[in-house]
Amino acid sequence: MFDFVSPFKLRDRGIMGMNQRNFSYIGRYNDRALYPNVDDKLKTKNLAIDCGIAVPDLLGVVRFQFEVNRVFEILENHNGFCIKPAKGSGGKGILVILKTDENGYMKASGDYVPREEVVRHITNILAGLFSLGGAADVAVIEALIQFDPTFKGLSHEGVPDIRIIIFQGYPMMAMLRLATHASDGKANLHQGAVGVGIDIATGKAKRAVQFDRPITHHPDTDKSFADVAIGNWDRMLNLAAGCYEMSGLKYLGADIVLDKEKGPLVLELNARPGLAIQIANGMGMLPRLKHIETIDHRRIASIEDRVAYAKSHFND
Amino acid sequence: MTSRTPFLIIVFALIVTGISSIYYRHVEMGVPLTAGEQIDIWQIEAEIEFTGKNEPVNAKLTLPKDPKFELVDEFTASPAYGVHVFREEDKSEVVWSKRQVQGKQTLYYQASYKRAINPEKEPAPAEDIVADVWSEPYQSSAQTLLNHAIEKSGNQQFLVLQVLNIIKTDNQNVALLLSKYSKTEVFVQLMQMAKVPAMMVSGLVLEDSRRNQQLIPLLKVYINNGWQMFNVENGELGNDLPILVWQQNSPSLLDLVGGRNSKVVFSISHSTQSALQEANSSATKGDFFDFGLYHLPIDEQNLFKGILLLPIGALVVVFLRVIIGLKCSGTFMPILIATSFIQTELINGVVGFLLIVSVGLVIRSYLSHLNLLLVSRISAVVIVVIGIIVLFTVVAFRMGLTEALTITFFPMIIMAWTIERMSILWEEEGGKEVLIQGGGSLIVAVIAYLMMDNYLIRHWAFNFLGVHALIMAAVLLMGQYTGYRLLELHRFKPLAED
Repeated sequence: MFDFVSPFKLRDRGIMGMNQRNFSYIGRYNDRALYPNVDDKLKTKNLAIDCGIAVPDLLGVVRFQFEVNRVFEILENHNGFCIKPAKGSGGKGILVILKTDENGYMKASGDYVPREEVVRHITNILAGLFSLGGAADVAVIEALIQFDPTFKGLSHEGVPDIRIIIFQGYPMMAMLRLATHASDGKANLHQGAVGVGIDIATGKAKRAVQFDRPITHHPDTDKSFADVAIGNWDRMLNLAAGCYEMSGLKYLGADIVLDKEKGPLVLELNARPGLAIQIANGMGMLPRLKHIETIDHRRIASIEDRVAYAKSHFND
Repeated sequence: MTSRTPFLIIVFALIVTGISSIYYRHVEMGVPLTAGEQIDIWQIEAEIEFTGKNEPVNAKLTLPKDPKFELVDEFTASPAYGVHVFREEDKSEVVWSKRQVQGKQTLYYQASYKRAINPEKEPAPAEDIVADVWSEPYQSSAQTLLNHAIEKSGNQQFLVLQVLNIIKTDNQNVALLLSKYSKTEVFVQLMQMAKVPAMMVSGLVLEDSRRNQQLIPLLKVYINNGWQMFNVENGELGNDLPILVWQQNSPSLLDLVGGRNSKVVFSISHSTQSALQEANSSATKGDFFDFGLYHLPIDEQNLFKGILLLPIGALVVVFLRVIIGLKCSGTFMPILIATSFIQTELINGVVGFLLIVSVGLVIRSYLSHLNLLLVSRISAVVIVVIGIIVLFTVVAFRMGLTEALTITFFPMIIMAWTIERMSILWEEEGGKEVLIQGGGSLIVAVIAYLMMDNYLIRHWAFNFLGVHALIMAAVLLMGQYTGYRLLELHRFKPLAED
């Protein structure tokens, strides 16, 4: 537990710490007035639709307590769905229902929940239980992702997603996040999900970590990460880079899922993306951040130009 | 980065303000650096006795004027007399007066003195000294003695010692002079003839529980750029007993009109007093650095003693989060928990906190099944927490565990909110995260408590408000710290090793 590494060594490797992220990047580049664009998922969704960014379908919104029962009308037409708080953070308060049948609503874990559970969950969302600062919230009902068979056997009990960090519109570092039994179907690395570093240039896996330590095989399915490659990588990078114009934030994390039919969809944006991506990639972010800072940003580069630039400069 | 300059100016200004205010409070006002420091207070009572001649009386007592001592308070006791205290630049006196006085009278003047914190330096004497010329044969005897002494001494200091020695001998010139003058007078005359500034003063030896004391004649000689005192009549001065100079350049101690057989005697007693209390009570109102905190009612002062500890807690929280990287839930909550620990004492506090939170978590998990709205659920948790506290208190009292009674000091809302946050965390992130964040909060709270409970830190936080400017500067500086947190050195270790 108490073995430390020299801070100079970390600095040499270009690893960014939390204080530097907060002060030198988030604080300096992200205008606080723009935070609602990413903190309010309903707003994000509407912005994305306006900007032509692909997102999962919006099935409905529950704004008031008396509307709660209406959710079942919406749900009747859709088998699987996902209920999330518009202002939730860190994946809190997301209820994923895979299918409905006579037993009730089946969660991703295979457990059934009764109708009352769904009502209670929405009630909690409306009361602000999961939102930042406990503000009153709305519940967003989204279509379920039919996740791409590429990731079969890689993600256990949960949807895999790809986190891409975008700085000044340039996709800069990426990782694939795979749920494990330990993470209880969640894709957050600190809860035990596996992070697989992805080469920006090729979309191929570099290395994988769980609990900040390197691993080579998925702990639950024992599948090797060595030949993981993300299909449609260019489209994914373009989608991620487009989130810069859409949100206005200069330092940004985009969580993208790969849908079987619709291709890459932006699931969530994050104005304060974590630092575990460095561990998954086995490298620090600072050299790339500093590189992008030296680019002359007065001439506005198109999304395609930025992606091409990133692919040629950030290959490992 | 131009935006850094004003920031650095603010930080610099805070540091300067902080340090200068601490310096001022300590050096100028004498607020001690440690709590419980005591200072010596000398209480001196002058008792004046005389017999009235059935006519108006005017009694003037010269008051001490010694830059090495500071007056703490004074009062006079003298029935049916009109009393005035005159304080002037070069002379202070108290005057009693009465229209018609007959028989034996006793007047009292009482004053408390303490050593001056930073005594004013006594002015250097005037350059040109003109010695009186004594009548013969005294003048020539004095001259002989002086020549003798000058011959045997290299500088002023040795001259003074030499003269002191000569006066003690039974030299015939000395004997002649002493037949007319006192030793002190002879000494002053010799010094003045040698152009060494010297004067006669009267002082009081401050010794505890002495009664019927008289002023003793003393000599002040200016050597090596400072006044030095000598007792010529009775030899050396004891270094251990302080001497209060009462009279200097003033004609008489007591100037009495309308009475006879006058006598002044002194009694002295020594006491100690809290240096802090003394410094604050002597602080002039409207003092720039004290902001009137010490003139508030005691209740409010005690309130501020608590509030002024919060910045210490905040500093601890900022340090542990920014520099160490400890996770805790909320920023202010650990400080509030720490303030409750101050009420409950540490062990009782931690045990009570853990008991209430864990029982609360269990009950709250049941409440969550009741499908309540959030607001009513939190309210229900508050009520349950009160119930738990009542239950624990009653059970503990029955079992004779009086320490557990301090559990009642926990602020209800903090406990309820902690339970609420922890149970959300439990549902969302699992028990492990509850342990990490809850444990982190508890560690931060305990460290903050240990700092806030330290008697020295408490003393500083309340008595040196400049400390808060320094804390502010430290918090601002840490807000600019972009280096690694200590725990990140562990977290990113695998990255540095490949």
